Amino acid sequence: MTDPAQKPGSTMIGPFLLLSAADNVLVARESAAEGTEVPLEHGPVALARAIPLAHKIARHDIAEGERILKYGMPIGIATEGIPAGAHVHVHNIRSAYTPTHMLQDADGVSAAVAQ
Amino acid sequence: MKGWLRQDGRKGIRNTVVVAYLVECAHFVASKIVSGFPEEDVQLIGFPGCYPNEYAARMMDRLCTHPNVGAVLFVSLGCESFDKVRASEAVSASGRPVKTLVIQKAGGTASTVQMGRDWVRDALAQVAEVPRVPMGVDELVIGTVCGGSDGTSGISGNPAAGKAFDLLVGEGAACIFEETGELIGCEEIMAERAVTPELGRALRESVQKAERYYATLGYGSFAAGNAAGGLSTIEEKSLGAYVKSGDSPISGLIKPGDVPPRGGLYLMDVVPDGDVRFGFPNISDNAEIVEMIASGAHLSLFVTGRGSVVGSAISPVIKICANPQTYRNLSEDMDVNAGDVIEGKRSIEEVGREIRDLVVAVAAGAQTKSEALGHREFILTYKSFEPIGPACLPAA
Repeated sequence: MTDPAQKPGSTMIGPFLLLSAADNVLVARESAAEGTEVPLEHGPVALARAIPLAHKIARHDIAEGERILKYGMPIGIATEGIPAGAHVHVHNIRSAYTPTHMLQDADGVSAAVAQ
Repeated sequence: MKGWLRQDGRKGIRNTVVVAYLVECAHFVASKIVSGFPEEDVQLIGFPGCYPNEYAARMMDRLCTHPNVGAVLFVSLGCESFDKVRASEAVSASGRPVKTLVIQKAGGTASTVQMGRDWVRDALAQVAEVPRVPMGVDELVIGTVCGGSDGTSGISGNPAAGKAFDLLVGEGAACIFEETGELIGCEEIMAERAVTPELGRALRESVQKAERYYATLGYGSFAAGNAAGGLSTIEEKSLGAYVKSGDSPISGLIKPGDVPPRGGLYLMDVVPDGDVRFGFPNISDNAEIVEMIASGAHLSLFVTGRGSVVGSAISPVIKICANPQTYRNLSEDMDVNAGDVIEGKRSIEEVGREIRDLVVAVAAGAQTKSEALGHREFILTYKSFEPIGPACLPAA
């Protein structure tokens, strides 16, 4: 049977992985420094911030309300417009099921995003 | 591979004497008894609550008659509600040596510890006489859990565990995956894999139940560390967790304590039935591992990204590290480095094969990292379940 979650069939794009052709996010397969140039389809983009291992960036511009696809499957909904190459995480996507609970660091920034 | 043959025909890969406290008030005394045997296979389990609970009683029965267990010593304070007479009868009926010590009658802490250690010494001699007979992979029950998940878990560790499950199911083993609360968002694709449409409906309903349960609690099965590790939502975590089930058809839906009747792939429904009564379904990873063991798991695969060091009482835990950075940091606790997949050094298939081979080696007696380090974690808390429905275990 075909199950996108089973068959990543992943493609490397710089230090990132495209897990399924339908995805609009890429996953870091190593920590990528700020300024790293990533060859996205619509042209190269320099990372605005460091992206830790296994975090996600936008493969292309994503509109507010658009579904986020990873493994070819929906993993959440964009809560704001996300430009190509930007970090995609708890600050700009939400669950379609139960809200994600995070710890805040002392400065009020989510530990998950600030890492 | 050889197993210790029990009277019910099941075979164990370990031959443990278990000391079980029946209320927190007896925990210390039970642990003192166990600490007298640092070199022998004597392990501590127990239930802390003073109020009775059908689930806990059933779990304790299943754990104390688990094929890896050779003998059982119950340690009671005396006034707790746990039905120790019934529990002792269940173990006795299984052909195992069993004894119950009641602290209030035995004369106190030191007296009970002395009596307990004397009994355990005799029990060790008795379990050493249990025959070891040839055992096949098709007689193994294997569980899988993931804990401390991050964005690597779904790319390397869980797919590799899934590959190992495919190999083991192919060899006739019974494999169990779990945590319906971490399958939210996967219910439709999972239901399509059921061997009957009725089972598919039951699988879908089990995830819907989990979704309702967690919605009432206000938290998904999602910890702060999951987000720090790159996971943004419960459905993202779920899709990563789901792949540890592999590609095999799903043969059944069981609840904690139900033993798979034959080889195949089973989902364990760990979310209680009825209204939310006793809090979170499983308060930590070991609660899930204990439920796998109660359903007969001889050993468990534990996939982690952020890192975990736990093992378990009764059944060994094989730890599979999905994240190459975590592996370098915690290699002394990890059995398998699935991070190789992320670094492009090995394929998912190669790591899956390594896991399958390690399962067989551990079943044949090799120690896992957590076993060698002395980890024997155990936790059992309150829950309530209805029995599984008729569609959950279709005839083969």
